[in-house]
Amino acid sequence: MAKVLMKGCEAIGEAAIRAGCRNFFGYPITPQTEVPEYLAKRFPEVGGIFVQAESEVAAINMLYGGAGVGKRVLTTSSSPGISLMAEGVSYIAACHLPIVLVNIVRAGPGLGGILPAQSDYLQATKGHGHGDYKLLVLAPSSVQEAVDLIYEAFDLADQYLTPVMVMGDGMIGQMMEPVEFPEMRDLGSLPSKSWAATGARGRKPNIINSLYLKEEACNANSWKLKEKYDEIVKKEKRSEAYACDDGELDVLMVAYGTMARICKTAADEVRREDKKKIGVFRPISLWPYPYEALAAEARKAKRILVVEMSTGQMVEDVQLAVLGSKPIDFYGETGGVVPSPDDVAAKLRE
Amino acid sequence: MQTEVIMSGFGGQGLMMIGKLLAYAGLEEGKCVTWLPSYGPEMRGGTANCTVVVGDKPVGSPLITSPKAAVVMNQPSLEKFAPMLRKDGLLVVNSSMIPIKSDREDIRSFRIKANDVAAELGNRRSANLVMLGAYLGLDEVVSHETLLKAIDKSFEAKKQFLEGNRKAFMQGYERAKAGQSDE
Repeated sequence: MAKVLMKGCEAIGEAAIRAGCRNFFGYPITPQTEVPEYLAKRFPEVGGIFVQAESEVAAINMLYGGAGVGKRVLTTSSSPGISLMAEGVSYIAACHLPIVLVNIVRAGPGLGGILPAQSDYLQATKGHGHGDYKLLVLAPSSVQEAVDLIYEAFDLADQYLTPVMVMGDGMIGQMMEPVEFPEMRDLGSLPSKSWAATGARGRKPNIINSLYLKEEACNANSWKLKEKYDEIVKKEKRSEAYACDDGELDVLMVAYGTMARICKTAADEVRREDKKKIGVFRPISLWPYPYEALAAEARKAKRILVVEMSTGQMVEDVQLAVLGSKPIDFYGETGGVVPSPDDVAAKLRE
Repeated sequence: MQTEVIMSGFGGQGLMMIGKLLAYAGLEEGKCVTWLPSYGPEMRGGTANCTVVVGDKPVGSPLITSPKAAVVMNQPSLEKFAPMLRKDGLLVVNSSMIPIKSDREDIRSFRIKANDVAAELGNRRSANLVMLGAYLGLDEVVSHETLLKAIDKSFEAKKQFLEGNRKAFMQGYERAKAGQSDE
């Protein structure tokens, strides 16, 4: 298929359709409203169900139901909306249900602002809802990668029976770039879901429930989840190392999403003008975090510079990766202020 | 080679549209492109803008703070973006609406009365295409033939506006090629 020029949000919607998703429940919020807008237009052409719920809380519980009957379901929102969904996502994780949720992050906390930010990192990777559960979190840095990761997210959700989050910032959602779409999944080829609550005629009923009043049963479910997360940690770490291949590095930058692109531009500039060796390490899976791959690149570097559109939420993970072996500096702006390549280059020259 | 251009004006002047046309044409020529719109509060300050990057290699930062070129259709846009231009950068000014000039002497300025040119052609709303034509006449980052194709494609569903927009674009292009800058 030829490349088309598309806005990130619209491309995310189309990628979900390609992945076999025909069920969307959500509530509008800038800067991701173009996803529901696109799907509201596109779903009638492919036999999809689009519901604009009365709130994010309602939307996530519709996903709970949709996933429970074995459908591929999607919601997209932005920071405050994702907070509202936390309780529902916890229930969904507890019930081992596959959903895909997209957070096109805006500035926070509170109502914050509508401009790009990366200030939901800790929420996505360490916290979100209550209880012993994890989100598999993938962070694209281009519209093409957003498409590829959305397509894959549905498979990962089905494979591990777990919620998968694709997290981008406002730029990923609003930017247009050329994209090539993967083929349309044949709905008949999607994984069968023998556990789904699809009507019990002729078989034992399937029960989907997250309430375990007996402590042994609740304990057992948490450990069943943990076992699954251990497997995800083993198999699903993703990252990219940019310009890290020529011996010792003066600085290794660590950044994800759009920020990583800005860092690459800054790295190129400082390499060219100052003859300094600068590499960029980009985590693609934010959970599970690619600690080992980062540690391997960090060994080559004199120092590490973490750059984020937050006040430094990823720094702890970088510290865990290098375990005190290298000095770590941080540069960040947030609230919708996006560090420019020149800003980052200035930090590299310090 | 990479070119970055910011296109800016009031909401409704069609800056997002001409940015998209440039990005479409870049894609058509197999180049790497990004189009990034402003969607925040700055738009309320009179500078609805988009940044287009066209290059041979994958685009790093889609956010540009020192662009090679700026196409400005109102005064707040000139005031905001002229100081940000790179040395030897290009400033294309809609002099129908911008009486002031940039005081920078290290950039190239081209002034064109885009609203008047569009009005003379009988389609006031195509001033944005005049501006895009003028920009391309000064910096043919994609060929003007490819850009015309992008116009054809974009106006497929609104054929009644196609010819007017093509003409507006070519007027801007030819005047810029001939170096007919307003004083």
